[in-house]
This record gives sequence, structure tokens and C-alpha cells, in this order.
Amino acid sequence: MPDVPAAPAAPTAEERVSVASNWTLVWWRFRKHRLAVASALVLLGLYAVVLCPDFFSTQDPEATDARLAFIPVQRVRLFDGWSPRPWVPGIIGKRNTITLRMEWRLDETRKVPVHLFASGYPYRLLGLVPLRVHLLGAAPGAGAGVHLLGTDRLGRDQWSRLAHGTQTSMTIGLTAVTLSVVFGVLLGGISGYVGGLPDLIIQRVIELLQSLPTIPIWLALTAALPRDWSPLRVFFAITVILSLVGWTTLGREVRGRFLSLREEDYVLAAELAGASRRRIIVRHMVPNFLSHIIATSTLAIPAMIINETALSFLGLGIRPPAISWGVLLQEAQNIQTLALAPWLLVPGLVVIVSVLAFNLVGDGLRDAADPYGD
Amino acid sequence: MTRFVLKRLLLLPLLLLVFSVTVFAIMQAPPGDFLTTYVATLASSGSSITAEQVAALRHEYGLDQPIWVQYLKWMQNLLTGHLGLSLEYQRPNAELIGERLALTLVLALLAFVFTWVVAIPAGIYSATHPRSALDYVFTVLNYIGVATPNFMLALVLMWGAFAYLGVSITGLFSSEFVEAPWSGARVLDLLTHIWLPAVVLGVAGTARLTRIMRANLLDELHKPYVTTARAKGLSEWRLVLRYPARLALNPLVSTIGWYLPLLFSGSLIVATVMNLPNIGPLLLRALINQDMYLAGAILLIYCFLTVLGTLISDILLAWLDPRIRVDDA
Amino acid sequence: MEPVLSVRDLRVHFVLDEGLVRAVDGVSFDVAPGQVVGIVGESGCGKSVTMKAILQIVEPPGRVVGGRMLFRGDGAEAVDLARLDPRGAAMRAIRGAEIALIPQEPMAAFSPVHTVGDQVVEALRLHQRKWRPTGPALSSADARQMTVELFRDVGISMPGERVDAYAWQLSGGLRQRAMIAMALSCRPRLLIADEPTTAIDVTTQAQVLNLLRELQRRRGTAIVFITHDLGVIAQMAHHVVVMYLGRVMEQGPVDDIFHSPKHPYTRALLRSIPSLLAPAQSPLPTIAGSIPHPLGRPPGCAFHPRCPELIAGVCDRQAPALKVVEGEQSAACFLYHRDEAEP
Repeated sequence: MPDVPAAPAAPTAEERVSVASNWTLVWWRFRKHRLAVASALVLLGLYAVVLCPDFFSTQDPEATDARLAFIPVQRVRLFDGWSPRPWVPGIIGKRNTITLRMEWRLDETRKVPVHLFASGYPYRLLGLVPLRVHLLGAAPGAGAGVHLLGTDRLGRDQWSRLAHGTQTSMTIGLTAVTLSVVFGVLLGGISGYVGGLPDLIIQRVIELLQSLPTIPIWLALTAALPRDWSPLRVFFAITVILSLVGWTTLGREVRGRFLSLREEDYVLAAELAGASRRRIIVRHMVPNFLSHIIATSTLAIPAMIINETALSFLGLGIRPPAISWGVLLQEAQNIQTLALAPWLLVPGLVVIVSVLAFNLVGDGLRDAADPYGD
Repeated sequence: MTRFVLKRLLLLPLLLLVFSVTVFAIMQAPPGDFLTTYVATLASSGSSITAEQVAALRHEYGLDQPIWVQYLKWMQNLLTGHLGLSLEYQRPNAELIGERLALTLVLALLAFVFTWVVAIPAGIYSATHPRSALDYVFTVLNYIGVATPNFMLALVLMWGAFAYLGVSITGLFSSEFVEAPWSGARVLDLLTHIWLPAVVLGVAGTARLTRIMRANLLDELHKPYVTTARAKGLSEWRLVLRYPARLALNPLVSTIGWYLPLLFSGSLIVATVMNLPNIGPLLLRALINQDMYLAGAILLIYCFLTVLGTLISDILLAWLDPRIRVDDA
Repeated sequence: MEPVLSVRDLRVHFVLDEGLVRAVDGVSFDVAPGQVVGIVGESGCGKSVTMKAILQIVEPPGRVVGGRMLFRGDGAEAVDLARLDPRGAAMRAIRGAEIALIPQEPMAAFSPVHTVGDQVVEALRLHQRKWRPTGPALSSADARQMTVELFRDVGISMPGERVDAYAWQLSGGLRQRAMIAMALSCRPRLLIADEPTTAIDVTTQAQVLNLLRELQRRRGTAIVFITHDLGVIAQMAHHVVVMYLGRVMEQGPVDDIFHSPKHPYTRALLRSIPSLLAPAQSPLPTIAGSIPHPLGRPPGCAFHPRCPELIAGVCDRQAPALKVVEGEQSAACFLYHRDEAEP
């Protein structure tokens, strides 16, 4: 028979795809979702704040000063005329003769210059390195501080508090989900792979936990935490409580996956080819649901964040003086206060943005991890 | 199918039993017992109580007995309708809860109806007109809706109404109807106020449901039975509604099971923010004030509603899907 | 006699992100009344898409972009299906009533939440004005009765009970028969059978084929039979169309195709059927190479990279046209129309 014409020399797109590893494929598919990639960048930015909130703050978040209550938002303008010199409008205070409280408003005529990497209040980077540099700060000799998001009724700088609240809320979300994943994969894996009595027991426990009304139970559990516990202990307790119920969904999914994977033809093929049990689990089954687990976990984080925010908002989660998004939103409960200082709602916006970002990234990961997708 | 339903019904009391133990355990968690807090609250509010009265109460609640006896006494009281006494309100819990239970249910049901009435058509439209302008609008709204905590939405709406319209949208009744007896006019007034909390409560669920409906329907639209129906000459909208939409709905029906209870517990936060007479805020105050019997009773009610919701959805699912209904044997 | 269906130069394109796929690239064939035309080819040759194009149910991103499909219904003049709006009333009146589909997998093709009887009744109701132009609307009782009769006609035992069954409750053979009943319910002139025997076992396959032949003879329905199984073609078809990568390689009466195939592809296909008469241990014959990716279509003749009788310089430059070779048999190959090739 005559020869088939020789194959072209350079690798075609098809060939590149066929030799790429699974993770490379997942990354390529994820890259195609521009929204997911943009959201991932947003999350990276938020986690940068988590790592070092003090660097991003302008003032000490706990410094109170009743005179500085309800200072409005001093928005950063990048250009002074035509030159790139960032500035914020100054503020003018006037004492209300009836209530005897200071009332502040913006003065657009006074320009307070603002510097990048300015010197501010002292802090320790990661608890070790003493520093004074902050991302933004008023130029030295400007007189007053800079309040990029205004202040609350106790005169505390909202921008700095937001940075610190971000650290708490995002960390809780991540740790609670990590714990849930550990529980879920462990118990779900045992349930699915071993089967028999452990499976039965674990399944019943999962059903039970899932039948509990989540928010009331969380409320009850967090209310039971002693009032004298330190904020850190409360933080950990909240994380554990949130994950105690959250692991069930994941556990069920992992169990389901194990059960169905056991029946898959390629597992049978591996067994027939003589692969050991351990090899089958590690090389054939785990990669199959690992990407799925990652996607599901990413999608579970926003729920945890919203739950913690709700709990703290109601006063039963993270407690002052610790700061989280929910604690910040507590200040916004009073409508009259809100009418005076609508910027107190901004932490809520940050919640929405972060949850949105997590959802988009999670969706992108889930689509990218699905080998039968596009 | 009857066997299926019977089996689920039999499990109900068992489940509630386990829940009652759990709730009781949670109730015991705070330090001190109910009576010491009770006496302290009375003392701080100025009224007093004699030692005999304290002893009598202690005996009635079994607080001098071992814990399992206390549990049994509590269960016994519950089953006869004695839900305990509230510390803060100094009234029987049954009264307090009864006043608010009906409205809690109505709010949750209204939110539920809103969700389904909006989400299903939106999901069907999105799936049959993918990448159209309206689909993009829906998708954006969905993503934001899922990302917004419902209390945040409530806060924003309340602030907006107050700051720009000078209107306060809290509460369920206008001032003249708050204490008035029930009448047609009162119901109407209720309806004009309750739609907003119902919408706020239902927004997240609507967003989620729309996305799921869209995804399910998209999956079904490519299946062979749709091609067959089209090849028979059915018009597009009729065949979409009759076949794939019907099948896409099935898994959604099972979500009613967790959605209803979610509405009950979610209404807690919205009701607190919008100041509604709901058992949610009652629970919150009870927990903060360590009013344990009230908290326990409400928690049990939530558990019961949750289990009921799951049962309803299981029955609905079995009824809708003949594969489950007929295949009983 | 005028052909029931006359397809000329049909083109169906799919616009994908990765490029344009010419799923059907100039296909022509005729279906005479009462005739069975078998379209045969490997996976991906475009036979299913052709079938969908006839019924105008090609799914986006696919579109019929050119050609004509002249259909002659009962007594009416020919209508060009390619010109009809896929969602319009005219096309919908033809689907199911004049041209009916027997889909590939009856299990998946029936809705799992409606009884098979319901689904047949739906077809009857929908097109009742075609087979019952005057008189009152079809009542439920009548519709049900008709369905029972239809089931009996196709050989379903206990038809009265089966009408109320769900598709997943029936065996494979019964399901297929129910599907055939539904397709024939409105007495179409043309039946399109999309690989109806692929999903069932061989014994049931024989029964279903017998049934189809019987029904076809009795009612004079023309059938377009799509399959990749040459054995089935040999049993059922009068006329055979061999497709490859969206084009017709050869067509002709079944005897001619099987006993004297002209196109190298047809020959290779026939050669690759394992034979009981071959000596033991002899390797199974295959066609060299594999089907090209739809986006990587070879220039010239689509088959030339795998063709044992390749004429270098000719077959890889131009695509041969489908021309008559002998009698009613035509092939698209430069072996027979060398003079057609430009230098």
C-alpha cells in the first residue's frame, strides 16, 4: 500500500492538548474565563490586605476620638490641576450649638496632600518586623489625618477598620472551609470507600446535621460562648462552629464521588491491569475529584463569609473590640445614623464584592475542572 | 408511594426526639441555670421573689434533679403545651410565640411564592435565549443577588427610603393598625407592608433558583427526547414547557426541602433589621438574655419546620417523578 | 414517478469558536416513493446532520446554508424545505405528519415522565387536521383507541396495557416498536430512521427490521435509513448513498454497490467487514489512517490521505464531482473521470 503523507513537523494545537497534564488543561480552560481571572485578581488583592492590614491602614483602627465623629469620606483625587499630586479635600468642623457635638463637612478649597508609602502609626509586619510605613498617608505637616472612608460615631477611621475587618472575615471564611473540607473528605472518604457500618453511621450523622436549622443553631451555639473569652478564642470557636455544620455537604459529595468512582470503567480497567488498591486511589480516583473538591470549596467560602458577617452583625459572632465586616455593619443598624453617615454601609459593599469574586472564581474553577466541558 | 411516605412519616418523631436532646444540650450550655438568672433579672428590675416561690419554681422545673429528669420534665411540659416562662417578658412562652408564629409562616410563604413565580420563568427564558441581552441582565442580577446578604439589602432599602423619601419602612403595620383586632382592612394593610420584607427575604433564593433552573434546562435541552418532540412538529414554547422544563423542575422540587426552612431561619435576620414581629428576633433576644426556655422552645419549632419542609419536598418529588413513584417495589 | 424527496447540493455549516465546520458539503440524492434509501458512513461523516437538515432541526451553531430539498407531499406540489423557516407553521405541519423521525435511542428519545401512549396521542392530536380534515376534534377516548390499534399494528403485545406504560418500563424491542408506532401515527410519506438498530441487540434488531420492511411495503412509505452497519443496509435498502466527511462518495442500487463497488472508500468499507470465511489468525482488515479532524479537512478529495489508489497531483488538488459511472451508479472519483481533472 502506498505511504500515507508524512505528518507536519510543528505540533498542532491538537497535539499540544493531548500531551498536556490535567492541571495544565485546567489552567488553560480557567484562563479563558476572563471574569473568573479578573475575580481571582480581586481576591489576590483582598488577601494582600489580609496579610498585612496595617500597611493598608492610615490610622490606628482602635483610636477613638469623640470630636472626630462622622467625618465624611475624603476621596482621593490623583491630579492637582495637571500635575500628578494626590490630595484629599480638607474638613471643616463646626460645633452644633444645640447638641454640642462637632459636625464636619468637606472643604474642597483646602487640599491636603497625600503621599504613597507615608509614615504613620507604628505596627509590626506579621507580628515580627516593626514598621511605620503605610500605603497612603497625609504628608507630614498637613496637620490632620486622612479619613478615606470617613469615621464612625466614635471617631474611628473606617478605612483602617475596614482593612482589619477584611483580615478577620476573609480568614474565618478560609479556615472554616478548610476545616469543613478536612472533615468532609475524611469522613466522606471513609464512608464512601469503606462502606458498611461506618458508612451507615456517618450517613445518618450527616442527615441529622443537615436537618438542623442552621442559623438558629449557630446563633444558639455562639450565644453559649462565655462572655469573658478573648477575641482570639471567640474567633477560633466561631470557625469551628461554622465548619461543624458546613462539612456535611462536602462529606456527602465526597462519599457520592467515591461510590460512583468505584464503579467507573476505568477503575475496573486499572484493577484488571493489576494496579494496587493504593495506586488506584491515588492515581486514578483522587485526581478525578480533587479539582471538583477545590471548586466546591471555593464556592463554599462565600457562604461562610456571609454567615459570619450575619452572626457578627447580630452581635453573636465576633465581638468588639475585634473587628470584622459584620461588626462594622453593626454601626449601620440605626437608620438615623445611616442617614447622617451613609459611608458606614461600605463594608457591606466589600462583602458583596468579595462574595461575587469567590463565586465567579469558583464557577470558573468548576467549569475548568470538568473534563467534559468545552 | 404510600410506603415511601409512611416510612418518612415514621422517622419524623425519631428525628424530633434527637433534636430535642440536641436543643436541650444547647440550652444547658450557658453557665448557671435558669432560676439563678431569673432571680437576678427580677432583682435588677426591682421586683422580688420569696424563697418559697423560688423553691416551688425549682421543683416545677426540676432544677434540683439530675439532668435527664430535667429533660424529661421539659419534654413532658412541651407535649402538654407548657413552653415555659419568659424571663424578660414575664409571660408564658406559648403566648409570645403564638403571637408571632403565624406572621413568621406567612412571611416565609410569601417569600417562597415570590421566588418561584420570578425564578422559573426567568430561568426558562434564560435557557431558551442564551446570550441574549435579557439573559445577560438576568445573569448579572443573579450573581449580585446571590452575593448580597439579605440584611444588607434590607439596610440599603431602609436607608434609601428614609434618606430620600423620608419614609420608614419598618414594621408590618401602619400605626393605626398595630394593636387593632383583625379585620379585612388590617389584612390589606399587612399586605402592603409585608411584600417588601418578603422580596428582601426571597432575593437570594430567587437568584440561586434562576441560575439552577437555567443550568438544568440547558442540560435538558440537548437531550434526545427534545429532538423527538421537535421532530413531531410541536412548537418551540410548547415543547419546552411540556418536556425539558418539566424534567428540569424535578431536581428543583427537592430543593424545596431545604429552601423552606432556610426561609424560616433567614427571616430571622431580616425581621431583626426591619423590626418585624417574627419568632426570629424573639429567639435572638432570648439567646442574648439567656432566656433559655424561650430559646429552646423556638429552636424546637425551627427544627420541626425544617423536618416538615424536607418531608414535603420528598413527597412532592416522589409524586412528580414517576420513576420514583411507580418503582416502589 | 416524481421522487418524494429530492436533495440537491445540500450544505450545512457549523460556526464554532475554533473555525467553520462544513458538516454537509454538497450532498445530493433522491428518494423515490416507497423506496428505502440507505445512507451509510463512518461516525462524523455528516449523515445525522443531513437527516436533521431535512427536518430542519439542525441546532445552532449549525445552519443550512445552501442547496435545495424538494419534498412532494400527498398530491401537493413540491416544497423546498430549505426555504422554510425552521420554526414556522409550514415546517411544523410537515414534521411528524409528512416526514417522521425514528430516533436513535428509544430509551432517551421518549420522555421519562410521560407514558408512551400520551406521547403518541400528542402526535395524533397535533396533526389531526391532516389525516382527519373534517369532523369534530379528536376525543381522548378515540385517540387512545387509535394508539392501541397502532401498537397492535407494530406487534406490541397487550397493547391496551402498554399504552399506559412508561418508556423505561418496556424492553428495548418494545420501546423501539412504540417509537415506530409514534412515527407512523400520522401516515407520513417519508420516514427517517436514524440508526434505529444501533442501540438494540441483534435478535431484536432482526425483528425491528422485519417490522419496518413489512410496514413499508404495506403503506408504501419511503424510508431514509441512516446507519453505519453495512449488513443492515444490505437487508433493508434499495438504494445506497455512501458518505464521507460531508460529501457523497458513491451512490447506487444496493446490488451494484455491494457486488461492484466503484469508489475506493466503498471498497475499503466492504473489505473491512470481518468474514467467517477468512483463515484463522488472519489480521482484521482496516482502512489505513483515521478520519481527519473536521477543522483539518484535506484539500482536494476528502479521502485522498487514506486512499490506496491515490493519483498524486490530482486527488490532492481538486475535489472530484459525483458523476455517473455505470447505469444508476455514480461515484466521486478521478479514477473514473480522469478527464474532468484540470491539469
